[in-house]
Amino acid sequence: MPVAEQPVARLWTKPLPLPHRRPRRSLLHRESVAGYLLLTPWLTGLAAIIVAPVLYSLALSFTDYNVITGELDWIGLANYERMFTADPRYWRSVQVTVVFVAVSVPLKLVVAFAVAALLNGRRRGAGTLRALVYLPSLLGVSVALAITWRTMFGSGGAVNQVLGMFGVPDRSWATEPDTALFTLILLAAWQFGGPMVIYLAAMRQVPADYAESARIDGASRWRILRSVTLPTLSPVILLTVVMETIAAFQGFTAAFVFGDGGGGPEDATLTYTLYLYLRGFAGLEMGYASAMAWVFLVAVGALTGLIFWTSRWWVHYPGGRP
Amino acid sequence: MTAPAVAAPGPGRLARAAAAVATVAVVLVLLYPLLWILASSLRSAGEAATGLSLWPREFTWSNYTAGWSGVNGVGFGAFFRNSTVVAAGAVVGNVVTCLLAAFAFARLRFPLRRFWYAVVIGTLLLPQHVLMVPQYMLFRELGWLNTALPLIVPKLLATDSFFIFLIVQFLRSLPENYDEYARTDGASPLQLFRHVILPLSRPAITATAILTFIWTWNDFFPQLVYLPMVEDSTAPSGLHQYAIAGGLSAPGPMFAMCVLSLLPVLLFFVAFQRLLTSTSTTSGRMAAHLPRPRARR
Repeated sequence: MPVAEQPVARLWTKPLPLPHRRPRRSLLHRESVAGYLLLTPWLTGLAAIIVAPVLYSLALSFTDYNVITGELDWIGLANYERMFTADPRYWRSVQVTVVFVAVSVPLKLVVAFAVAALLNGRRRGAGTLRALVYLPSLLGVSVALAITWRTMFGSGGAVNQVLGMFGVPDRSWATEPDTALFTLILLAAWQFGGPMVIYLAAMRQVPADYAESARIDGASRWRILRSVTLPTLSPVILLTVVMETIAAFQGFTAAFVFGDGGGGPEDATLTYTLYLYLRGFAGLEMGYASAMAWVFLVAVGALTGLIFWTSRWWVHYPGGRP
Repeated sequence: MTAPAVAAPGPGRLARAAAAVATVAVVLVLLYPLLWILASSLRSAGEAATGLSLWPREFTWSNYTAGWSGVNGVGFGAFFRNSTVVAAGAVVGNVVTCLLAAFAFARLRFPLRRFWYAVVIGTLLLPQHVLMVPQYMLFRELGWLNTALPLIVPKLLATDSFFIFLIVQFLRSLPENYDEYARTDGASPLQLFRHVILPLSRPAITATAILTFIWTWNDFFPQLVYLPMVEDSTAPSGLHQYAIAGGLSAPGPMFAMCVLSLLPVLLFFVAFQRLLTSTSTTSGRMAAHLPRPRARR
């Protein structure tokens, strides 16, 4: 069996141990030099393109900075104050983003899990089906699909024609304030193929005799799903929840295309990142945008921490915590 | 071959038939939008562009030639060229620097290794939008606006930490006695890399290259910020400008260009779908599915 063909889904569930050997001293020295040499590009990038900019933006968030004239005024917490107390659009963007994340992520992951359960155990055509279902997750983030989605959910579009058969009156789902965000959520959920493939791979690793013995004991399929499959898959579910949540917070392309770059209709699709872009790059308020970015960083970080913290109650690692 | 595990359809024929019907229905609904773009790109101007049908009344290729001329005198040929430059640079950058860093993390021992690797994981979770203002100002200072450099140089500095993580996971799954032998034979770290790790890393390298290509090709946000001029636009941002400039009044050509802009991703997917969606190989397992926490999605 070639090395690359090993099933290693457990990579996700358990970090593999690092080597423990104690090499000869000279060798260790040689490895240290080589190690840091190989890390040089990454360390440079880390310092110059990630750490320095993050800190710089913290400093900028306390200023009023016009990138064109180069004028920079130190204004303390004024950006934050304005954001929290005097900018209704800011709160609108927070609301849009929270709704988008809170609906699209669970929807996407539940669909991913359901379809994975549906495909699991199929033998004939399994690879082809998997590939077809996975395809939208690669194409869905594109501008082309955002344009298509808007047309399909627009007035007289395909969706309306189907709904019309059931007597639902024609409306422009994509451009009316009440429903525009909902169409964005559907577009996000349509890309469930990514987590689905992870779930499928994890399901293959669930020892078949667990389910078998549960079945012999008379457990229903629902019971097996709840008491065997879900707990066994919980580490992988945690991973997908974290990654999808962070990704959903950053939704930009579709919101940009839907609202013609302005978050419309009536700011119904004004996601946080889109508003940040509008302030920073269209409005050239780099200080204000930096303050927004930092609040975003803290909020997303806190939420990620919270998810990891709750995981102690619902994530089960085989053989205890790693 | 392990038996299909838990949630497999029950033994009943009825259940199995129901599952099959459900599966086919799901796939059809899922793929409908893609088939619909293709159909819409082939409809003649006389036919309503928003229709439900997947079969144009009259097939025409003229949408493709009409759309190809682009916006403001800049054709889609230029957009595709720009996209190719950016994507090629990103692929080379990610493959080379992430592989080197991953090799160091997975196979060499040096002080602070665990600390630096924790930093890699941390940056994986860092929302990219936090960086957009200061990075913009940095690249502006360097005079790189309206060039592809802000899109390529960060990849040459291994800032796409997802791929470091991906390759490290792959390398850790390789048996360690391979390098044990090499070490006992007195191989240097470089020789170890060159003769042991590199040849074994093919699947991880391919996965990195394919995913970098696909993600970079789809990227929209950085192009919008760094390459705002029509003539510098990549395929997605060119398409966006085309749609604004009049695509809605001529939907046929717009959808034709939508199809073309998706085509490279589709071709790579068809060529490498096994690697990307396989549930049993290391690389497939790791590669495909993690949605990256990143701005451009």
